[in-house]
Amino acid sequence: MIRVLFLAQLREQLGIAELQVATVSVASVATLKQYLVTSNPQWEQYLSNSKLLVAVNHEYAKADVAIKSGDEVAFFPPVTGG
Amino acid sequence: MSFSIGVQTRDFDVGREYAELIAGDTAAGAVVFFVGRVRDMNHARDVKSMSLEYYPGMTENILRNILDEAKTRWELIAARIFHRVGELSVGDQIVFVGVTSAHREHAFQAAEFLMDFLKTRAPFWKKEMGVDGAERWIEANANDQQRALGWE
Repeated sequence: MIRVLFLAQLREQLGIAELQVATVSVASVATLKQYLVTSNPQWEQYLSNSKLLVAVNHEYAKADVAIKSGDEVAFFPPVTGG
Repeated sequence: MSFSIGVQTRDFDVGREYAELIAGDTAAGAVVFFVGRVRDMNHARDVKSMSLEYYPGMTENILRNILDEAKTRWELIAARIFHRVGELSVGDQIVFVGVTSAHREHAFQAAEFLMDFLKTRAPFWKKEMGVDGAERWIEANANDQQRALGWE
C-alpha cells in the first residue's frame, strides 16, 4: 500500500486528508495522480493544477519518480512560509 | 550551538537566540538575524490572525537541507532557523533566521539566502483570518520565486 496525503488548501478542496492506494494500481507519481482522478473525477480540477507540488518520502518529486509499497506520497500547494 | 533548526508552536526570544548563536565563540565577528512577523494588512485586507500548517518530517528535512546548502556557499560559523506553526495573532513573531561568520558579507548573504529558500521550498502554508471573519489561504508570491531563482 501507498500512503497518500493531501495538505493545506488541497486537503480542504478534496475534503480528505489521507488515503491508501494499492501498489498494483500505480507505479509512479504520474500514474498515481491519474489513478486518483479516475477514481474521483470531481478531484480533477484540483489535481490538474500545474503548480501543485509532490513529495515522495519527504523529498520533492517529479511526475516520473517511481513509487513502491510503503512509500508516503504528499500532494500540496506552493509553499507560503516565512 | 553551531547549526540547528526548530519548528514549534512556542514563541522565541530573540535575545536568547542571539546569545546561543554566539555562545563560546569569539571568531564570529559578524552576526545577522532576521525576524518575520504577522503583519496587520495583506493585499489591502485587515488581518486578525493566522494559522500556520506544516508537513512534519519533511519540513525539518528541508530546513536542514537549506542550512547545508548555505554552509557550502559561505564561510559560516553558526546558523539557526526557527519557525513557528499553529495559531498566531497580528504582531506575533513567525520566523527567526540567524547567521554568524567572521565576515559580514557572508552573514548578510547567507541570511538572505536562507529566507529566500525557506519561503519557496520549506513546506509551510499560511491561512489568514480577516477582521471580517473570513478565512483565506495565502497565495505563493511570484516575486519570492524570482528571488530564490536568483541564487541558482
